[in-house]
Amino acid sequence: MYVAVKGGGRAISAAHAWLDETRRGDPSLPELTVAQIEQQMGLAVDRVMAEGSCHDRFLAALAIKQAKGDLIEAAFLLRAYRTTLVRFGASEPVETSAMRLRRRISATYKDLPGGQVLGPTFDYTHRLLDFALAAEGVERDAAPQAGTPVAAVPRVTEMLAREGLMQREPLDDTEPGDLTRQPLAFPAARPVRLQNLARGDEGFLLALGYSTQRGYGSNHPFVGEIRVGHVGVEFTPPELGFAIDIGEVAITECQMVNQFKGSRTEPAQFTRGYGLVFGHGERRAMGMALVDRALRAQELGEDITAPAQDAEFVLYHSDNIEATGFVEHLKLPHYVDFQSELENLRTIRRSAVAAGAAPGAVTEGAAQTASAEAAE
Amino acid sequence: MTPPDAPRATGVTDGYNFAYLDEATKRMIRRAILKAVAIPGHQIPFGAREMPLPYGWGTGGIQVTASILGPDDVLKVIDQGADDTTNAISIRRFFTRVAGVATTESTAEATIVQTRHRIPERALREDQVIVYQVPQPEPLSRLEPRRAETERLHALADYGLMHVRLYEDIARLGHIAKAYDYPVMVNGRYLMSPSPIPAFDNPKMHRMPALQLFGAGREKRIYAIPPYTEVRSLDFEDHPFRPIRAPHACALCGSTESYLDEVLTDDAGGRIFVCSDTDYCGERQAAAAKAAAE
Repeated sequence: MYVAVKGGGRAISAAHAWLDETRRGDPSLPELTVAQIEQQMGLAVDRVMAEGSCHDRFLAALAIKQAKGDLIEAAFLLRAYRTTLVRFGASEPVETSAMRLRRRISATYKDLPGGQVLGPTFDYTHRLLDFALAAEGVERDAAPQAGTPVAAVPRVTEMLAREGLMQREPLDDTEPGDLTRQPLAFPAARPVRLQNLARGDEGFLLALGYSTQRGYGSNHPFVGEIRVGHVGVEFTPPELGFAIDIGEVAITECQMVNQFKGSRTEPAQFTRGYGLVFGHGERRAMGMALVDRALRAQELGEDITAPAQDAEFVLYHSDNIEATGFVEHLKLPHYVDFQSELENLRTIRRSAVAAGAAPGAVTEGAAQTASAEAAE
Repeated sequence: MTPPDAPRATGVTDGYNFAYLDEATKRMIRRAILKAVAIPGHQIPFGAREMPLPYGWGTGGIQVTASILGPDDVLKVIDQGADDTTNAISIRRFFTRVAGVATTESTAEATIVQTRHRIPERALREDQVIVYQVPQPEPLSRLEPRRAETERLHALADYGLMHVRLYEDIARLGHIAKAYDYPVMVNGRYLMSPSPIPAFDNPKMHRMPALQLFGAGREKRIYAIPPYTEVRSLDFEDHPFRPIRAPHACALCGSTESYLDEVLTDDAGGRIFVCSDTDYCGERQAAAAKAAAE
């Protein structure tokens, strides 16, 4: 007699051994070092830091190595590690106007105080495969150096605000919510929304931001400013009572400038969409800024008609760690619920036949019910 | 249960706290559990943490288990009723690694049973806790996707939507077509998802002596049924609730009472039915073998 296969424990161990072997690849080739990943796959490291919501280049690079380059899996490893760390406090807000800039561009002004700084960018590169990269060990020329480092420069949106053309964000000293400590609740305040978006899936943010440009909740945006660089992080230990500098983090900030026609209480002016992410991540910061602005629809009295404006829809589905786990749980066994559906279908078919109906007639509806609920 | 704040077990994976989560997080989860016990069937939001297992694979149940686990507990983990399915093995190994607790496949020996999709056939006792892994704690989610709205409906005890859904099944199909995750009223107040257990298991929740805890990690909700609480499956007077099982006897132990898995034995339509609860089935087989030997 056939009996269901046992020995899941041995199968798991063997599968993991195989995974480890494929991760290493051909042993005759040199093994990638974590330092190589951290240095040469920097943008992947930045994405994993952002979605793993943990600023640690070494750990992110290690996670990428362990995950065979699967960035969502790597972000998952980083988050699962992060959850075990003691959280001893929150930093002071970072001052992005004092950022040590690597890149700063504005699409709203041709020239402006501080100037346009292209920095290390793919923009304006021709996307032609560089076969020279296939040859290893070739010396590359060093990039030319600017004479003086870029000093702190004012924000574009601040210049607009001084003219009264940009809506001021109200100062708010209340402690912002923290999604890593408290569950999401609605209505979700903007700090919580921004935190959710900052660690949200880059592809999801990109697609939703894109959808607003294509007319789903349209709100014609301009890139007021994108800046990439390092900011100091300050922390106030309770026993000291004053802030001390505890280091620097690399971040990308995007301020989108959007139209606003005004309301009964407010004059016509520009409004802001805001994106701030770990590392160098312009696509992600821009997507975040577009979605942030779309989510302000209610506050600004706009019609809510598009997915990107629906806070529940956006915030509950932006997290790729949550999404990937739940989608992939479909691989787990479902014998029990499937068996109950089987018996249910058979009962319905039997009662339909007993009632004299054609066996196919009623079961179609039941099949729909079954398939609609099969995903648990 | 033993006091959860007892000193760390030795021999477990270095660098992690007992049962993985830090003590402050465990305290937060225990507070949510206490609230949940105080309001049977009501969903308590909690700050679910990232766990080293994927969301949807039992992170809620694992966090609840980690928070109530003490070094002297004996843990049983089942998935689909079975102790030997990959996910059950993986979770059991996790707690062996990070807490060093004893594990068992025997329902009778366990102090904590963590489960996915089944309630063991053997009746649970007062000194046991059953922890359910819950994918979707909101019983109304398929009828009303907006959380803000379902919270309002719970506040008003407005469960007409669910009654209409069950009524529509009866009108179209002749009976209620919900075969698992069959909604229950807890203590006459809150509509609750029993998690995707087959409707067959629903009656086991009613006045169960063991504490029942439900953890949904991705959805960040905890709920509970205290011991001896009334749990009623929704139905109508003329269409009473009906638990479903395959109308066969187990091919291994002969049980006609237990919930059965259908096992295909060849590709010509051959099939047998066996208990999904592997411990129950094994015990019955052992008892039969012993009786035959005597």
